[in-house]
Amino acid sequence: MSETNPLFGKAAVLEGLPDHPAVKAILAWNAEALLDAKFDFDELTLTIVPEQIRAAAATVQAAGYNFFEDVTAVDWFPASPRFQLSYHILSFGMKERIRLRVLLEEASPVIDSITPVWSGANYYEREVFDLFGIRFEEHPNLRRIMMPEEWQGHPLRKDYPVEGYR
Amino acid sequence: MIEQGVMPVLEPAEGAKDQHMVINMGPQHPATHGVLRLVLEIDGEIIVRIYPEIGYLHTGIEKTCEAKFYQQVVPLTDRINYLDPLANNLCYALAVEKLLGLQIPPKAQWMRVLLAELSRLNSHLIWLGTHAMDIGALTVFLYTFREREDILRLFEAVAGQRMMTSYIRIGGLALEPPLDFLDRVQAFIRILPEKIDEYANLLTGNPIFRNRLKGVGLLSGEDAIALGVTGPPLRASGVDFDLRRDMPYSSYEKFQFQVPVSNDGDCWARYEVRLVEMRESIKIIQQALDGMPEGPVKADAPKIVLPDREKMKTQMEALIHHFKIVTEGFAVPAGEVFQSIECGHGQMGYYVVSDGTAKPYRVHMRYPSFATLQALETMCKGRMLADLVAVIGSIDIVLGEIDR
Repeated sequence: MSETNPLFGKAAVLEGLPDHPAVKAILAWNAEALLDAKFDFDELTLTIVPEQIRAAAATVQAAGYNFFEDVTAVDWFPASPRFQLSYHILSFGMKERIRLRVLLEEASPVIDSITPVWSGANYYEREVFDLFGIRFEEHPNLRRIMMPEEWQGHPLRKDYPVEGYR
Repeated sequence: MIEQGVMPVLEPAEGAKDQHMVINMGPQHPATHGVLRLVLEIDGEIIVRIYPEIGYLHTGIEKTCEAKFYQQVVPLTDRINYLDPLANNLCYALAVEKLLGLQIPPKAQWMRVLLAELSRLNSHLIWLGTHAMDIGALTVFLYTFREREDILRLFEAVAGQRMMTSYIRIGGLALEPPLDFLDRVQAFIRILPEKIDEYANLLTGNPIFRNRLKGVGLLSGEDAIALGVTGPPLRASGVDFDLRRDMPYSSYEKFQFQVPVSNDGDCWARYEVRLVEMRESIKIIQQALDGMPEGPVKADAPKIVLPDREKMKTQMEALIHHFKIVTEGFAVPAGEVFQSIECGHGQMGYYVVSDGTAKPYRVHMRYPSFATLQALETMCKGRMLADLVAVIGSIDIVLGEIDR
């Protein structure tokens, strides 16, 4: 699929990659949950409704994307919605990676944990909680992982100075 | 204000207060390979629960990256996994090159493969030495560090630095390798196979080493995938996946090598898998030496790649480019990429988000040890306390890359 040109927008991806297993699985499950999509740098990004992330993760897992690789956040401060979560999921069988993307408002940085789907998301979600202050509902052990327990603030947010507070 | 997570009460489970004890291991403990603190709940000698406490080496590298130019991030990456420095450089360079759409000349790609494999050998030699030492076989440590010293000398010859090489840069390599470099690598890999036989002679038939590893730290393939375990521990659990073969990068598709897999899933399987991997690395290096293409080691992109020193001192244009890159950096088109490679410990991934300026908007590193550490409890639950040391050694974690 490496020769495919970049595609931006849900309509373009649905038209350009109709047979992509992840796109098909998501559409078969709930076409409404797919907000946006893009395909650039040979990477497929699917933007999912925040409330549906756990079900979306289970859907792509059933479609053969068996390995949870990474989750992290990007702070688009001062833009709104402020937080972007990027889930990278790899398929050992198809030798391909997809990215699930979720946008969260600053007022309520809360999302369902995907640890019921992949228990390996545990530390990664703790890291995002620690450094960005995004809460994961139903996470088995949501507490700081890098910073000391009593630390104030979330260092990877863009309004947190690089030198820290003195 | 976001409410804070709750500190766990480090007390034995309800109903077991009379039998269970909570003890602390680390952060300063020689068998934890750095500053890892483990809070253990034990029932006599049997492990009931493990709370790994990490973050003692957290230096906020991801945050620092956001304040640096793209090329200034390269030296920071060395310091994350300091046992496999060139793999860090390579992964970051590949990610940024993907964003830039840069074409890397063949010689640079082959040199990268050669150096990444030397770096993997470096990482595996340290693992073998320290793992054996944890279990009581001190001699092997002295032997593997002897060969590791040779690798560090090679790194010094090529990069001027033994550990923090920063040799693989965005757009190619920092410099042409020295004239006799390939001969020196050839001389090194000629002696290495018999050195590996020597380690195997000391360990494989050693009944103490065998008994400490066989059947210890069991991890099934399903658990390994669910917990995000990659690299040799994954392949020792029967999952046949190696990014070098399955999703090749930097011309790995042109090399022939075997990916060792074992179905046992115990510490012994991990030991065997890594030993075979070292021998396969030697084969890859031999192929790289035999087929090393001619040509430049830097991409033809004067606005991104620093000019040669000679040119910079004689040509006005090169001097301008040099000045611009050093003072202003270079803009990278907006977008996000995730690039992963197979390093000594497993799958390393760099997620780079650009907003179109000369500084990365966000750099996130996915490092294998972080996920592998999660599997520690699964491997040790219900086993003897003394096995914990063998398991930590066998999963080969580096705290620098866990804490970042």
